Amino acid sequence: MRFLARSAAVLIAAAALSAAPNSAVPAKPDDRAILHVLNRLGFGARPGDLERVREMGLDRYIEAQLHPERIPDAAMTTRLAGFETLSLSSRAIAEEYYVPAQKAKRQAQLANKNATAASANPAPSAEDTPGKERTPLEMEKARKQREVVLELSEQKVLRAAYSDRQLEEVMTDFWFNHFNVFAGKGPTQEYLTSYERDVIRPHALGKFRDLLESTAKSPAMLFYLDNWQSVDPQAADRMAAERAARAQRASRFGFMPPRNPQAGQAQQKQQPKRGLNENYGREIMELHTLGVDGGYTQQDVINVARAFTGWTIEQPRQGGGFRFDPRLHDDREKVVLGHKIKAGGGQSDGEQVLDILAHQPATAHFIATKLVRRFVSDTPPPALVDRAAKTFLSTDGDIREVVRTIVTSPEFFAPEAYRAKVKTPFEFIVSAVRATGAEVTNAQPLVQSVRQLGMPLYMCQPPTGYADRADAWVNTGALLNRMNFALQLVSGRMRAVQPGPGPVGAALTGELSEATSATIAKATDPTQIAALTLGSPEFQRR
Amino acid sequence: MFSRRIFMKNGGLALLSLGFAPAFLARTVEAAANVRRKVLITIFQRGAVDGLNMVVPFGEKDYYGSRPSIAVARPNVADGAVDLDGFFGLHPRLAPLKPLWDSRQLAIVHAAGSPDGTRSHFDAQDYMESGTPGVKSTQDGWLNRILHAREHEAATPFRAVALAAQLPRSLQGTEPALALNQIGQFGIRAGQATDMVQASFESEYAAAADGVLNRTGGQAFDAVRMLKSADPSKYEPEHGAEYPRGAFGEALRQIAQLVKADVGLEIAFAEVGGWDTHVNQGASVGQLAQRLNDFSQGLAALARDLGDRMDDVVILTMSEFGRAVAENGNRGTDHGHGNAMFIIGGHNVRGGQVYGRWPGLAREQRYEGRDLAVTTDFRSVFSEVVRGHLGVTDTTTIFPGFTGTQSLGFVA
Repeated sequence: MRFLARSAAVLIAAAALSAAPNSAVPAKPDDRAILHVLNRLGFGARPGDLERVREMGLDRYIEAQLHPERIPDAAMTTRLAGFETLSLSSRAIAEEYYVPAQKAKRQAQLANKNATAASANPAPSAEDTPGKERTPLEMEKARKQREVVLELSEQKVLRAAYSDRQLEEVMTDFWFNHFNVFAGKGPTQEYLTSYERDVIRPHALGKFRDLLESTAKSPAMLFYLDNWQSVDPQAADRMAAERAARAQRASRFGFMPPRNPQAGQAQQKQQPKRGLNENYGREIMELHTLGVDGGYTQQDVINVARAFTGWTIEQPRQGGGFRFDPRLHDDREKVVLGHKIKAGGGQSDGEQVLDILAHQPATAHFIATKLVRRFVSDTPPPALVDRAAKTFLSTDGDIREVVRTIVTSPEFFAPEAYRAKVKTPFEFIVSAVRATGAEVTNAQPLVQSVRQLGMPLYMCQPPTGYADRADAWVNTGALLNRMNFALQLVSGRMRAVQPGPGPVGAALTGELSEATSATIAKATDPTQIAALTLGSPEFQRR
Repeated sequence: MFSRRIFMKNGGLALLSLGFAPAFLARTVEAAANVRRKVLITIFQRGAVDGLNMVVPFGEKDYYGSRPSIAVARPNVADGAVDLDGFFGLHPRLAPLKPLWDSRQLAIVHAAGSPDGTRSHFDAQDYMESGTPGVKSTQDGWLNRILHAREHEAATPFRAVALAAQLPRSLQGTEPALALNQIGQFGIRAGQATDMVQASFESEYAAAADGVLNRTGGQAFDAVRMLKSADPSKYEPEHGAEYPRGAFGEALRQIAQLVKADVGLEIAFAEVGGWDTHVNQGASVGQLAQRLNDFSQGLAALARDLGDRMDDVVILTMSEFGRAVAENGNRGTDHGHGNAMFIIGGHNVRGGQVYGRWPGLAREQRYEGRDLAVTTDFRSVFSEVVRGHLGVTDTTTIFPGFTGTQSLGFVA
């Protein structure tokens, strides 16, 4: 039964293939073409990959990668089984990992306050440094807090290094970076695990419109780009008027209105004046959809922000989810990019904006450009960008089809595209692990190395995400760090990382220059040979 | 001059005689003989230092009214503020900076800050480093854009150096900049095989057809050699300068070393944290006082160590925002707005003066009724340094969209 189903899938896949006459995938690929695909659709070759793909057929391999859900990947599941937080809901993560630490901190502050209040005239002393003397329990709680992002980071490294769903990893990384959020901003980190797992990954090869909406409603994004506190400036007045009306009604029916004017005042004073926050309204157009030159105006920014007022978070400090609060929403009419959004739309205002943005030709072009930059070259060939954008528009933003257009194109297999991309630190480190066939029992040291190379995972501050261009990653200090990482990896000096026997050089078959080969040939020590290969100029590119 | 001679003798000239002097090194040695480069040293106080306790407005009645337990006492009292001009005083732990004030090498700008009202550390640091308050999508930092505006032939890998684990946002961008923690650890680490492995890597990159990697690799190994010849272990601060122990003092010490080694340094960056004093901030003594102690000893040592080289150097301090005027319920201070910045130099600075309009601390004078108002955009301070000290006449590419380029007058 299962066998039949699988054969059917293969047949359908084969049919789809033959129906793609534009495919430039070579029928009889040489090793360079296979390595190129392994480098671009994934994080490089592991020992044996070249042979496996050659046997399977390059077109079949690409087709399989485009459908990660059909790749079993059971070994990956086993490898990640020990990570407690990866399967938890945001609420469970908040309750188990964050709320206790926050409580402990508050209690410590309170105790401190009481202590200083108790001594009548406290002489502040140089030793007066609270926070330094944390109890073992507090420290344990703080450690637990860090564990969430650490497990997520280890997971990212391990998946990239070992998952058979390589393209899914590449796309998850791509979209996370495209819809970047920063773990260091407020409670964003409590939502990161779910953000990658539930918001990004399931749509990584799906429909762009779905991906856009799931990010728009994710607490991680709502926090990071401040939309959760963006409200209609008139909301405060409206609510005050409602309160007054309620009080009046109550008194008419003979109830006493609440008589504590002081309490009311205090409450008003405490509440900072809230209003429209344009942050998300701007970035969703500039960075997520249209691109900076996508033809929107400041008025569009304001109107998009108005449409998203009231898109907020239920119990934000306790891992709650998306909530639309109609009281905070600006329900009047808006015009976005020439489209009228009628008054009274409530939550659908924002959804209409998502529809408008997801279907703009500028969006198709912007997304196509970024994908071509990721898969082909730092200078995206305009003709390929146009074809990919056309696919985007004709398939209602089907990411799988856009990627297929790109990775089966003549431009993708053009000789000038080979090794045209400089690896990011993450790509470099993971590809080195893969090339050596290293066995990683604990990915923490690798997470640390990615940070040392200047690309701390989940810690990219600006909403632009990390750059995908050579100039961002090639600098003197970083290059030395890469060479030192290569040395560390192959020498076995890295904790919990067993350097593999792997034929490192196979990852670079036919790619090493004569000069590099000659230099490497002079070394006799096998670890030096491996280090000189992984640290070579050729291995810095994919 | 001592270190430079050492470098020329053991480093540059030795390389020349061995026949693999990189082109830029020859230029540098040549250039160093004629011109001393202008250097900007920026110091970021991360976490928002309390500017009102750093540069105390003791002449302001509302200062004492708002801070019953953490105000710094007036100058005439034991451990009170160090009087500067009858209205402002330095925190007593900043006393090491007083001689610089007296010799007119220290200028202060008070009530400086961002036109953006954010009280988020993350956003405010981001804005101060990108140099574009309110605009989050700026890719590069203002210090990197300076490098771009001042591109020149004699640039070396040490043009811009952050003494930090990672390149700060302000130095990120298209121009090469270097982040290093320890000068001594900058290089290939392969134990006993280091020399051999380094030579192998070097020949790989020297022979690379790949333009970018060939060039950058070359610069990296040049840099390694230059630093080795500057021999960090032998460095001795001059003029009796004593750096405080710890990461900050160590970073400043290495900056002085790079300045004196004439390796082509133009922009240096160091950072120091621990300013987010929400709880038990202290007054003349306590948490903040300890941090200020370290801070001022470091700055004073750096200025002393550099001696008359300070005529070519400006040290600029900054912090993402100031803290609320009134102390909070935990004898600390919450996030605020305006802050104080220091500019330290030699004859190139008109010190001994507090610049900027003082907005007052009465409730109606405050920003949103609670914080020191900002009367000087931090970009005014930055751009005056960039124009007056670094000689970039047009700063529009460095601070896009910023038009308030009137000088305060602290650069001579």
